[in-house]
Amino acid sequence: MPLDDGSLLEVKDLSVSFDGFQVINDLSFNVGKEEIRVIIGPNGAGKTTVLDLICGRTKATGGSIRFAGKELTRLKEYDIVRAGVGRKFQTPSVYEDLNVFENLEISYPHGRSVFESLLFRRSAAVIERIHEVAEMIFLQDQLDRKASELSHGQKQWLEIGMLLIQDPALLMLDEPVAGMTVSERRRTADLLQSITKSRSVLVIEHDMGFVEQIAHKVTVLHRGQILSEGSMESVKNDPKVVEVYLGH
Amino acid sequence: MLWGYSFSDLTSIFVMQSFAGLILFSVFLLMALGLAIVFGQMGVINMAHGEFMILGAYTTYVCSQVFSRWIPTLFGAYFFIAVILAFIVAGAVGMLLEWGLIRFLYRRPLDTLLATWGVSLMLQQLFRSVFGAREVGVQLPDWMMGSFNLNETTQIPVNGVIVVGLTFFITLGIYALLLKSRWGCQVRAVMQNRSMAGAVGINTEWIDRLTFGLGCGVAGVAGAAFTMIGSTSPTAGQQYIVDTFLVVAFGGTQSLGGTIASAFSISQARSILEFFLSGSMAQVIVLLTVIGILMLRPQGLFSMKVRR
Amino acid sequence: MSLSIQKRKDIIFFSILACFLLVVLPGGLEPFRLNLVGKYLTYAFVTIGLVVCWGDAGILSLGQGIFFGLGGYCMAMFLKLQASTVEATKNQSTPGIPDFMDWNQITALPWFWKPFHSLPFSLIAVMAVPAALAALIGFAMFRRQVGGTYFAIITQAIASVLTILIIGQQGYTGGVNGITDLRTLDGWDIRTDHAKLVLYYIGVVLLLACMLFVWFVRSSKLGRILHAMRDQENRVRFSGYNVVNFKIFAFTLSAAMAGIGGALFTLEVGFMSPTFVGIVPSIDMVIYCAVGGRNSLLGAVYGTLLVNWARTSFSESMPEIWTFAMGALFIGVVLFLPGGLSSLYQNYLDRYMTRLVAALTARFKPARV
Repeated sequence: MPLDDGSLLEVKDLSVSFDGFQVINDLSFNVGKEEIRVIIGPNGAGKTTVLDLICGRTKATGGSIRFAGKELTRLKEYDIVRAGVGRKFQTPSVYEDLNVFENLEISYPHGRSVFESLLFRRSAAVIERIHEVAEMIFLQDQLDRKASELSHGQKQWLEIGMLLIQDPALLMLDEPVAGMTVSERRRTADLLQSITKSRSVLVIEHDMGFVEQIAHKVTVLHRGQILSEGSMESVKNDPKVVEVYLGH
Repeated sequence: MLWGYSFSDLTSIFVMQSFAGLILFSVFLLMALGLAIVFGQMGVINMAHGEFMILGAYTTYVCSQVFSRWIPTLFGAYFFIAVILAFIVAGAVGMLLEWGLIRFLYRRPLDTLLATWGVSLMLQQLFRSVFGAREVGVQLPDWMMGSFNLNETTQIPVNGVIVVGLTFFITLGIYALLLKSRWGCQVRAVMQNRSMAGAVGINTEWIDRLTFGLGCGVAGVAGAAFTMIGSTSPTAGQQYIVDTFLVVAFGGTQSLGGTIASAFSISQARSILEFFLSGSMAQVIVLLTVIGILMLRPQGLFSMKVRR
Repeated sequence: MSLSIQKRKDIIFFSILACFLLVVLPGGLEPFRLNLVGKYLTYAFVTIGLVVCWGDAGILSLGQGIFFGLGGYCMAMFLKLQASTVEATKNQSTPGIPDFMDWNQITALPWFWKPFHSLPFSLIAVMAVPAALAALIGFAMFRRQVGGTYFAIITQAIASVLTILIIGQQGYTGGVNGITDLRTLDGWDIRTDHAKLVLYYIGVVLLLACMLFVWFVRSSKLGRILHAMRDQENRVRFSGYNVVNFKIFAFTLSAAMAGIGGALFTLEVGFMSPTFVGIVPSIDMVIYCAVGGRNSLLGAVYGTLLVNWARTSFSESMPEIWTFAMGALFIGVVLFLPGGLSSLYQNYLDRYMTRLVAALTARFKPARV
């Protein structure tokens, strides 16, 4: 069923509870094509859980998540990725033992089954694509270095690069600029602006300056429910939001 | 009636076999409690746990020898002293092991598993050098050899009653220690968040050492109980590590009640099946059932759902 | 295209091992000793499997004896049926069945023995039975995200159950003595000195072939995925891989290798018994791998040879000290040398070797294009 309002992701009445504790409660929101959506909210609001639910890491107790015509709540994690959802974790998750090239190569969306990966060859197209992405994430000179030797900011970029090479229609980033220096933040904001031209992005972030820089639309989450939604300007002036989140 | 047994025969069989099962249950439970404490604390299996049990069994054996030779007047009471000594000896060796080896491996659970296997090899050889490779059995004082006759066909051995009673009190003691005492609170704090517990002033190293010692000490008591149902040999402990782990896993590693329930069901199933099948088939069927259930439900039968 | 220094070193070291096993040892050892080396090398099939399963994928199995034993029993069943012709067993109350069955009042060959009359079936079963069981265990465990110590102990429990089962069902399995008195392989007497020498060479060639296959696996993208999965399983899962299948593959591969080793063991030693199935041999093989280096194929083979050579020479002279030494060795390796002997080489000798190889092969290197 095509989505009528042009949205790519449609979350409807989503609920999940752990041990009877309702973490997400009847949550509904849509993310449009080529939209950058930022989720903000106090600690424990359920932000990371929302991403976990979309990418299949946590199973919902109720509700639906529709993405490009597919119902994600019924798919396996790897099928969700193959459907076009990419996820970056809060702490940089790169393969420390492998070099930057190999890190990107593993994320290249071919040779994903056991036997395909056994027979996978580095074709010119693969090498070219890896160089292209490495350049976007400012690591073109670091391809031979082990990921463990990279700085914290570089690891974050590498992980973003690993998602880019999958060419997902929806990119989900959990605190992409946490622990970065000011100049790294600026470059990351530029990076996000440039990579979102052809895709939708869902970002969790605490850094308000950064949020203002990138967000098309902001969703404020509080106790598993939406407190407010809209442009950064309108959200910032919403008295409820000021009360629970921004005011302190 | 059933397989040619009359109803009253069957009742006596069940009562007597389940009582035989209760001693096995005591050994399983004490072993499992010790292993669960260490497993819960550090997330590793101490592969030498069976050897700590045998250490307790040898302590009991030495006690029985010493009492019968030097202080025969007190022979009747030696078992109780042996239990205390078994706890102290096994506990002390356990603390020594924690200090000398385990504390270097806290971040490498799989390696701890392998290193403690090395320890178990060395302990086995130590037993062999000191006590010889042959099996030894303990002498029981006369009053423990008797049995209570419930009716003509049903008899309950006295030593079994003592072992079961002992297990009951130790379990109660551990429960009180871990869940009601201040020390237990600190142990649980370290289990859940080591660095935070250290930051609020708990001496985590000391907690680790005492906990490990407690786990090994309880295994030593299990060894004292073990002398009632089996003969002690250097390698007798090895088979028990697998059984014990299955008991712990089957019960769900985080719950004391689960450990008790699973030790009970496994030992009873085995003991009752043993009467109808050969001993090895009873063991195979019970182990396979447990493994099968664990494959379907790795969190154990009695565990809670937690957020990963 | 010129080969990288690493590939050149791999080829040189592999050739040295091949030369050592195929030329130096047969030339320098008396037949009895050579047969012992052949026996040790059958364990090396298990350890190179462990390099993939444990070293690369991070899955520690304490039950490799299961697969070694199953492979060995499959071979032994075929050989036993060959030795139990009606003519050879005419004194039994039921001629034509293995002697231990007759002793246990079994009067007909059990159904699961029947296919082992066929050599091709038996040879396939040697790999297929362990692989199928491993795939089943792996499927059940990995799908529920069971790993680490938990997986290690479950595999150990299965090894323990299998041993008890084999000992308990002696009418079908030969019990604690195992399947003994094996004579011919399709009419070829395996007990002669000449046969043992031929079997040694077959073993070495098969081992080298398995090493090449494992080498190919490890240098493919699959090898890198296994490494990635060991360190960051979630990242791999959320990069679109079904990690369960990769784990099953690594575990099954190691099981199939162990099965081949077990079959060769039966052929070289002439019997198979539950002693090689249970907990103790399973962990021993992990020790060989740990000592040699869980991340190095060559290290695993040398580790196996070294530990077994030490075991044989020590237990001949002072068996008591050996058990202590084995325990201490294991603790020492885990504590101070987690990468095994191969990490010593990596840390201290590799850089000189690199220079040496670069210098030696420089003149053969074709001009860069």
